[in-house]
Amino acid sequence: MSLTSNATLETFQERIDQGEYIEPKDVFPDEYRKHLIRQMSQHAHSEVIGMQPEGNWITRAPSLRAKQILLAKIQDEGGHGLYLYSAAETLGISRSEMINQLQTGKAKYSSIFNYPTLNWADIGAIGWLVDGAAIVNQVSLQRTSYGPYSRAMVRICKEESFHQRQGYEIMTKMMRGTNEQQKMAQDAMNRWWWPSLMMFGPHDSNSPNSGNAFKWKIKRESNDVLRQKFIDKTIPQALLIGLTIPDKDYKLNEKTGHYEIGKINWEEFNNVINGNGPCNKQRINHHIKYHNEGAWVREAALAYSKKQK
Amino acid sequence: MEKNNLYKYIIRLADNALILGQRLSENCSKGPFLEEDLAQTNIALDYIGRAQVLFNYAAKLNNNNQTEDDLAYRRDEIDYLNFLLVEQANQDFAYIIARQFYYSAFDCLLYNELTKSKDETLASIAKKSIKESNYHLTHTIDWVIRLGNGTDESKHRLQNAIDALWTYTGEMFEQDEIDLNLSKNNIAPNALDFKANWLNTISTTLKNATLKLPENSFMMFGGRNGKHTENLGHILSEMQYLQRAYPNATW
Ligand SMILES: [Fe+2]
Ligand SMILES: [Fe+2]
Repeated sequence: MSLTSNATLETFQERIDQGEYIEPKDVFPDEYRKHLIRQMSQHAHSEVIGMQPEGNWITRAPSLRAKQILLAKIQDEGGHGLYLYSAAETLGISRSEMINQLQTGKAKYSSIFNYPTLNWADIGAIGWLVDGAAIVNQVSLQRTSYGPYSRAMVRICKEESFHQRQGYEIMTKMMRGTNEQQKMAQDAMNRWWWPSLMMFGPHDSNSPNSGNAFKWKIKRESNDVLRQKFIDKTIPQALLIGLTIPDKDYKLNEKTGHYEIGKINWEEFNNVINGNGPCNKQRINHHIKYHNEGAWVREAALAYSKKQK
Repeated sequence: MEKNNLYKYIIRLADNALILGQRLSENCSKGPFLEEDLAQTNIALDYIGRAQVLFNYAAKLNNNNQTEDDLAYRRDEIDYLNFLLVEQANQDFAYIIARQFYYSAFDCLLYNELTKSKDETLASIAKKSIKESNYHLTHTIDWVIRLGNGTDESKHRLQNAIDALWTYTGEMFEQDEIDLNLSKNNIAPNALDFKANWLNTISTTLKNATLKLPENSFMMFGGRNGKHTENLGHILSEMQYLQRAYPNATW
């Protein structure tokens, strides 16, 4: 429900400040609703579009075990998409509207999935780095103020940590393997490291309209804080298995105990966001193609269920 | 001899699971809607899991240091013994459903019989698989009914696929010396004993779906003896790529 009067607006903010969760039947500002729809649908679309780069390797997965782990992971991601679509629907938008916004470019998805998966180690790198970065963000979102979103995050986080471990296991195996496997792993590291750091978004100093997101406790920690957590967690893991960090300027600051990194290439980030990543068109075209090819199936299911009534 | 028969029988079971699982997994992220995409991925996952258990057993029977992955990934096309049906392509959703319908109706009956196998390992694998098999069939029959009674287009597409794949159904009931020997020893059933049952599931479902049972036509054989359609070579070249390109790697 939306609200207009100042009195109720104050009550809303008081509830947020006291750490209460906001539920669908509560009253809240329209801007809060819009912000959540934008963020949650983007999150849902990311889970779904993310099925494509990983799906690219299912048929070539090199062992029966690896194939099962990958199938199960992609299935989890699709399931996350479902929870998030349902959670967003509590805000009065339908899944088909959200899909339409995705396909027309009105809604975004995480830019990370606009990069290609070029060798098997990319499946390891995605699990380890991309899911690893996503977890840092999602753990923080478990305390987001909108109840259905927060609960979706709690469920999702449990599965994501599996994905992260399984991805790291692939990287470890590859680094202990043949020269060719090590080359694949380092190549994957080189291509995924910087994009996964970009997943946290622009630097805080350059982050527009996050004011309300903090005030309404939709966002709980800043981009740079989250990014730093990821960096500190991930660099030692990389070094442990012998991967090189593709950043000649990175170093451990002994005083703070944090790793410092070189300059992020924001030009690349903006290019990919603006549609010029390696796979932007491919990902959306894939989604549209199979959505359209499935239209007759959805129509048939609908026609059948109408006949049953 | 006995052990050889059992080995070959297990390989046939495993190859059916592997190749159908591989086919279904091609479809991930291509489903008509998200829930169905996940349901199909889940069926693929069941089959790959089943293939792993069966290959593991086959490798033990063979006792020559081969692993389940060697069997799944390192054989030549001629050594794969799956039905021609399961290697047929995902032309559209109707083909996926028709293929699954014919296969699952068979698979349920077969694995139900295998739960009674005198071979304890096979019986226990069957007991674990039968629940999945039943779910696959129920899910698929729901779609046959829905598409048959849905729109003109869905009815037409499914009838098309049902007709086109019919020619591959005869092979499921082909019985050679291996089968006869194993059924004599109560290790595996004679598939002909449940053919009427299978046909009953098929024809009853098609009737409920207002679809026609295909007229008897020429039946294609060969998969069970390594003589495949052109499909299998492409499936294998994709599936085996890493194992073949880097024979010394462990994954
Ligand atoms: Fe996810
Ligand atoms: Fe994940």
